Amino acid sequence: MTGVCALSCESLDVWRGDRHLCHNLSFRAAAGQAVRLHGANGAGKTTLIRILAGLSPPESGRVCWNGQPLAKAGEVYRRELAFLGHSNGLKPNLTPTENLTAYSSMMGASPVMPIRDALARLGVAELAHRACGSMSMGQQRRTALARLLLSPARLWLLDEPLTSLDVSGVALLADLIKSHLGRGGLVIFATHQPLDLGSQRVDTVTLGGTA
Amino acid sequence: MMDGVFGALVRRDLQLAYRRRGEMVTPLMFFIMVTALFPLGLNPDPALLRTLAPGVIWVAALLAGVVGLESLFKSDYEDGSLELMVLSPVPLELIALIRVLTHWLITGLPVVILAPLMGMLLAFPASAMGTLLTGLLLGTPVLSLLGAVGAALTVGLRRSGMLLPLLILPLAVPVLIFGARSAAMALAGDDVSGPLYLLGAILALTLTLAPFAIAGGLRVSLEN
Repeated sequence: MTGVCALSCESLDVWRGDRHLCHNLSFRAAAGQAVRLHGANGAGKTTLIRILAGLSPPESGRVCWNGQPLAKAGEVYRRELAFLGHSNGLKPNLTPTENLTAYSSMMGASPVMPIRDALARLGVAELAHRACGSMSMGQQRRTALARLLLSPARLWLLDEPLTSLDVSGVALLADLIKSHLGRGGLVIFATHQPLDLGSQRVDTVTLGGTA
Repeated sequence: MMDGVFGALVRRDLQLAYRRRGEMVTPLMFFIMVTALFPLGLNPDPALLRTLAPGVIWVAALLAGVVGLESLFKSDYEDGSLELMVLSPVPLELIALIRVLTHWLITGLPVVILAPLMGMLLAFPASAMGTLLTGLLLGTPVLSLLGAVGAALTVGLRRSGMLLPLLILPLAVPVLIFGARSAAMALAGDDVSGPLYLLGAILALTLTLAPFAIAGGLRVSLEN
């Protein structure tokens, strides 16, 4: 956990199907920095997030973690990455505790805090022993966000993290992001709703219109 | 670290299977039904049934192995767990192998355990039962592994139901040939080590190579 920690995109070309979503996109996010991906529905936020995570390859250009292309950084990168996608990644038949236990075993490191505390921080402690499938969408989203607290990863990649969250949930997430940035983490999130991070500087990357 | 991962993931998969146990017994019921239908449909002459038994049991085990394979990675794909698996620092090959092994424990092993009973129904002699069991123990994991490769490749398709058996069954033909052959040879009182060794070799080969194919299939399926 030493040295520089930065994610950079170099002249990315992103296509989805036959649509050219962005051309020659370059940006860089370093420790303590927040980057917001902004754009209308269908502008390619999710596609870009998946490319940044290394799930799909860009048409051209490259994504680097600490100067190393993702394909090469491999496991080192995945150790530093906490990903929250469109879906929550929770098994509906398992309880939050069981889900998070399985997640932390796949993290490759011991959890930063006990699962109980992470659930309590997200305000879903009393649901710890209920099946995730019987919880509301907002409660499931909160449980999925608890993963961020368990993981020692420095890079948070969040795709529409505010989906289904209520007002207090949004404020809570803003707090979590701010304290993560304060610890030298970096956060890249895609959202079209405003997320107030107070005095924290947020760089915005705007993805082209739907034209 | 790997020990902890192994234990935790096996436990999760077993928990999941237990909560969907209705779904998990389908292959077993299928195996029982298919083998039980043969004495009813054919002439119930013990001599005839005995000669057909190896083929019937092996084909039924093969088809039972394909039932329910489609769901192997489907729910992970749909609820987003698959993304977490791919993005985990733990090798995807290992995670996939654990999934296949627990799947075999839950659906394949019961078929093997029940095979002697179905053998008796088909007048298969107890003296050859050991070979039948050994063959199935070596062969059914191969079916699970091959099936998982197909399941990984088709996980992104909306309706892969019929495609999967069409993809996998041809690949499973060698297992069927050596498996059924070993049981038939045991029935005739011949030395069965040849086909059993070959089954073992096929198992070793798929066990080492299939995890890479499964992981590759899963990554490709997630790419768009």
